Amino acid sequence: MKDFIRIRGISKYFGDFAAVDDVSLDIAKGELFSILGGSGCGKTTLLRILAGFELPTKGTVEIDGVDVTNQPPYQRPVNMMFQSYAIFPHMSVAKNVAYGLQKEGVARTDIEKRVDQALDLVQLRDFAKRKPDQLSGGQRQRVALARAIIKRPKVLLLDEPLAALDKKLRERTQFELMNIQDELGITFVVVTHDQEEAMTLSTRIAVMEQGRFLQIGTPLEIYEYPRNRFVADFIGTINTFDGTVQQIDENTLVIDSEEAGTTITALGRHDVVVGQKVCVAVRPEKIFVGKDEPDNSEDTRVRGVVHDLGYLGNLSLYRIKLVNDNIVLVSSQNRRRSASRFLEWEDEVWISWRPRSVAVLLE
Amino acid sequence: MAPAQRRGVAGVTLMAGDTAFRTDQLWRRVAVAAPYLWLLVFFLAPFAIILKISLADPIIAQPPFTQTFDAEGDFAGSADNFRFLLTDKLYAVTYLRSVVMAAAATILCLALGFPMAYGIARSDATTRSLLLLLIVLPFWISFLLRVYAWMGLMNNYGVINNLLMWIGIIEQPIQLMYTDFAIFVGLAYSYLPFMILPLYATLERMDLDLIEAAQDLGASRTRAFWDITWPLARPGIIAGCLLVFIPAMGEYVIPYLLGGPEALLIGRVLFDEFFVNRDWPLASAVAIVLLLLLVVPIVLLQRNQAKREEPAT
Repeated sequence: MKDFIRIRGISKYFGDFAAVDDVSLDIAKGELFSILGGSGCGKTTLLRILAGFELPTKGTVEIDGVDVTNQPPYQRPVNMMFQSYAIFPHMSVAKNVAYGLQKEGVARTDIEKRVDQALDLVQLRDFAKRKPDQLSGGQRQRVALARAIIKRPKVLLLDEPLAALDKKLRERTQFELMNIQDELGITFVVVTHDQEEAMTLSTRIAVMEQGRFLQIGTPLEIYEYPRNRFVADFIGTINTFDGTVQQIDENTLVIDSEEAGTTITALGRHDVVVGQKVCVAVRPEKIFVGKDEPDNSEDTRVRGVVHDLGYLGNLSLYRIKLVNDNIVLVSSQNRRRSASRFLEWEDEVWISWRPRSVAVLLE
Repeated sequence: MAPAQRRGVAGVTLMAGDTAFRTDQLWRRVAVAAPYLWLLVFFLAPFAIILKISLADPIIAQPPFTQTFDAEGDFAGSADNFRFLLTDKLYAVTYLRSVVMAAAATILCLALGFPMAYGIARSDATTRSLLLLLIVLPFWISFLLRVYAWMGLMNNYGVINNLLMWIGIIEQPIQLMYTDFAIFVGLAYSYLPFMILPLYATLERMDLDLIEAAQDLGASRTRAFWDITWPLARPGIIAGCLLVFIPAMGEYVIPYLLGGPEALLIGRVLFDEFFVNRDWPLASAVAIVLLLLLVVPIVLLQRNQAKREEPAT
C-alpha cells in the first residue's frame, strides 16, 4: 500500500530540549494509527506538527503526496480533535459543527445537509440547537468529533480522544470511533497515554519515549514481541529476568538467570552470542501455576510459594515468591467453577512456561 | 429501649442540624443584604435628595432652594428646571459634546487597550505580572498630578512642541493645550487602565485551544480572531467600555485643566451651576438627566446580553 502520511526525520527543539528527536514514520491510507507514550514523551508535539501548530526544527511531513511541512493549519487537509474538545462556547452545537464548512465557503443549503448528516453520525441530531454548556462530557466529545470530520479531512488527528470520559462511556465510544473511522475511511492518528485504548483502537501503534519511537507495530506485535524493556513494561504487565546466554542450539536458546533462579529456555535466534547479557520477559498469563511439578522437559520450571493472591472473578492473580525471594506475577483463568480457591496463601507451587512464551530483550 | 434511644439521638442531631442550617441562612441573607444596604444608603438616598432638589426653585437662603413640599405636606415643586434644560439649546449641545467626547475616548481606549491586554494575557507568567504592575503603577501618583503633567507635555513650549520643532516637522508651536484634542488625550490616558484590566481578565481566561481549533477548521489567524477571540472577549469589552465611558462622561477635572474656556462639557456645566451660579435645583436636574443618559443604554445593553446568554430552544 502506498504511504499516505510520510514523516521524514522530524525533530522539534524547544531551546536545547528535543521534544521530538529525528522521527520517521509512514502511515497507510485508512489506518487507525496510535502514538502511545507517557506524558512528556513528545507525542503531542508530533501531533501538533502534523496539524501545523508547530513547525518542525528539521524534517518534512507529506500527506497524500503533498509536502505540508510549511503549510499553515488552515490550509492542511487535516483536522484535529482536541483533548479539551475546544468547542466554541458562544456557538450552538450546529454552528460549531458548521464552522469548518463556513470557512470553506460551502453553500448554505449544503452546510445544513452536511451538518445534519454529521450530527446523525454521532447521534446528536436532537441537540443541534443546544449551547455547549448544556451538554454532558460524552456529548461534547461527539460534537468535537462531528466538527472535526465534517470537512472530510484526509487525516483526522485525535489528541487523547477518550481521556476525559468515564470508563463505561470510554469503552462504548472506542467502538463508535472505530465504526465511524470504518464508515468514513479517514486515516486516524491518535495520541494516547492509555495502552488499553491504543490496543483496542489501533491497526498499528508507535511506542514513543523521549522524543523517539521505540517500536512500531501492530498491537499484537507490540504486546507479544516487545523489542525492549521499556515497551515490554509499558504495555501490560510483564516479568523480567536478567541473564546471560549460556548455550545456542538450532532451535533453542538457553539463558542462565540468577534472578529466575534457573536456566530459561527460549526459541533460538541468531543475533546473540554465548556470554551476552540479555533480559528475559514473560507475560503473567503465559505462566502456568500448579501444585504438581510439570513434566514437560522443555519448559522452564521454578519453585515458589504463593505470596499474595487476588481473585478477580474471571482471573486470579498470584504473586509467587521464588526461593531467591524474587516475586513473579502469574495470572490464570478461572475456567472451572469451584467453591474453594484453587490455591491459597503460602501454598508451595511450581510455575512454568513454554520456550515460545519467552521474549528475549537485547537492550 | 434501644429503638427509643436511637430515636432520641436522631432527634438531637436533627435539631442541631436545624439550628446550624438556620444560622447559615441568616448569614447568607446578611451577605446578600449588605451590598443592597450600601446601595440604598449611598446611592438611592442621595439620588432621592437630588431628585427632590431638582423639583425645587432656587432662592437666596440656606439651603438655597425652596421646599418641595409645603407646610401642609402638599407637593409644591415643579418640573420647571427640566423644562429649562430642554428649551435652552446650550444644555443639549453640552450633553451631546460630552457623549461624543466620552465615546471617542472610549474607542481610543479600546483600540489601545485591546492589543495591550491581549499581549499581557499571552505573555509568560513573570513578564505578565510585571506588565500588569506597569499598568497599575500610575495609580500610585495622584490623578491630579498626572493631568498636570500633561499640561507640561502639551504646552506651546512643552515637551511635545519642542521635540517636534527640534526635529523640524513644525516651525511654530502648534496649539495643543486648551483644545478638545487635549481633553481627548487626557481622558484616554487617564482611563486606559480601566479598559485594560477587565479585558485582560477575560482574555487571560480564554482557552487557547479554541483559536487553534478555529484555525484547524480553516480560519486564518485574523478570521479566528474575529470569530472566536472577539466575541468571547465581549464581557470584558463591555465592562471596559462602561468603566471608561461612564466616568469620562461626567469628568470635570480633565476638561477644566486641559480644555479651553469654551470647551463646555456636562461635568463642567454641573460644577458651574452648583458652585458658581449656586442654582442647586438646576444643577440637580442636570445631574438627573446625566444619570438617565448613562443608565438607559446600560440597561438596554444588559438586556441584550441576557438575551444572548439565554439558551436557544
